[in-house]
Amino acid sequence: MYSRLYKLAISLPPLFWVTLFLLVPYALMFAHSFWVTQDGVILHNWSFHQYKELLSQPLYATVFFRTMRVAASVTLLSLLLGYPLAYFLSFHAGPRKELLYQLVIVPLWVSYLVRGYAWKTILGTDGVLNGALQYLHITHEPVSALLYSPFAVILMLTHIYTPFVFLPIYASLEHIPRPLLEASSDLGASPRSTFLRVILPLSMPGLLAGATFAFVLTLGDFLAPLLVGGSSSTMIANVVQSLFGAAYDWPLGAAISVFILFITVGLLFFTEHLEKRWTFQ
Amino acid sequence: MSATTNRRPLFLTIYSCLVFAFIYLPILVLVIYSFNRDGVGGFPPRHFTFDWYRQLTTDSALWNSVLNSLYVAAGAVFVSLTLGLLAALALDRADFPGKALFRRLVLLPLILPGIITGLSLLMFAVAAGLGRGLTAVFFGHGTALISVATTEIFAGLQKLDRRQEEASLDLGATPWRTFWLVTLPNLRLSLIAAGLLIFTLSMDEIAVTFFLIGSDNTLPQEIWGRLRRGITPEINAISTLILLVSIILITIWYRLRTRTQKSSL
Repeated sequence: MYSRLYKLAISLPPLFWVTLFLLVPYALMFAHSFWVTQDGVILHNWSFHQYKELLSQPLYATVFFRTMRVAASVTLLSLLLGYPLAYFLSFHAGPRKELLYQLVIVPLWVSYLVRGYAWKTILGTDGVLNGALQYLHITHEPVSALLYSPFAVILMLTHIYTPFVFLPIYASLEHIPRPLLEASSDLGASPRSTFLRVILPLSMPGLLAGATFAFVLTLGDFLAPLLVGGSSSTMIANVVQSLFGAAYDWPLGAAISVFILFITVGLLFFTEHLEKRWTFQ
Repeated sequence: MSATTNRRPLFLTIYSCLVFAFIYLPILVLVIYSFNRDGVGGFPPRHFTFDWYRQLTTDSALWNSVLNSLYVAAGAVFVSLTLGLLAALALDRADFPGKALFRRLVLLPLILPGIITGLSLLMFAVAAGLGRGLTAVFFGHGTALISVATTEIFAGLQKLDRRQEEASLDLGATPWRTFWLVTLPNLRLSLIAAGLLIFTLSMDEIAVTFFLIGSDNTLPQEIWGRLRRGITPEINAISTLILLVSIILITIWYRLRTRTQKSSL
């Protein structure tokens, strides 16, 4: 129905733009990771030098495993908060379902920075939480361990990604045919086993999508550690950011970025595969 | 309705209320303290004041950054909507070698951490001799947000009634006229919804902007800079205003989106 010219006219401009402004930049990142710096100049000598450097310095492994721990914690906590909420909205919210749904997705688009800043004012030594604890005579002096710790990073990112995790889980719960649940209970299954053997497996694709989101986005986050984390919670993306800033070692920074990119894309492929396996036929 | 869907378990209800509290409490605290005379911390907030908002009105650096953000966001909306519309049409109607790769590439900025996209674009800007600055930020947002435009418009395209376009072509209209008079008007709501979303995301964007910014700050970058110099409720006040604007835009976006879904039935 569409002519050849029409097809060319709609495909060529985005193809051109995306190649020039996305493919070339990502390729450039890839190329940088095989180059070296000498006296502050980037030399185009192709080698695996940066990757060897990455593997030989234990510091990078330490930071990497810390990042994985933070990402796993954020993912787990977001699931623990997001799944029951999605379950409640999908099965028990009644006529207020639509309103409650909107209430969850509004914060999804509210500025990352604004929400991070809010946690900073709450957790600080002179912050709201410390003020409240002393006002209520629970503590007598400010607890300084709240802010500038991996705990603060996990808390802030869990707050940000809970609605992200909620969304796909809710969508998959909404897609479960309700007669299936009736059939399950008619056949004598307890609510508990209906949940474990019908609802949970059927919501698995949403759960996996949400978990992947939270994990991948935390993995590449560098703002939360800067905002509320302090030096004890430096994550892998902070290393990249400093290599591109003060440390001025673009090739090494690029190598770490490529590493993050591969983990991200690998995870996405893996969970996509799992989602397909879990999808109900 | 079966018994399983009607009974409201007490524990789950309380738990869900707590999750809602966790989501909204920090935002509420932020808003409340924007009216607190004695600073961002301390409990309870005591002296109500509009002073921090008054201080905002005379803060020229802040308003400059707002203007910069508006300039970037307007440009980003234009670029990403145009290319996102074409990309969505191409994914829907054209077949070309590497189409699967093209789809993945377009959507990549949506799922990759902002730092990767930001740094890649920085290397490109430097290699192309463009350097850092608002123009680089504009190209960055415009390109990264094609992903959002494409998904939103592609969804709208799936609900389109193809027979209208067929009729138009059969009755002798050129593909060009059909595009302007049939396809585009039918996608109107999707386009507005996508535009609002992109505008909001661009106004808030910080991870990609971080690496592309020069001496002129966008609003989030200006706030970021101030956070390092020490915090006053003035930041709460500007955050509250940002919050208000995002909530309004997102509510409109959501209404438009549900309307396009209903009108398609």
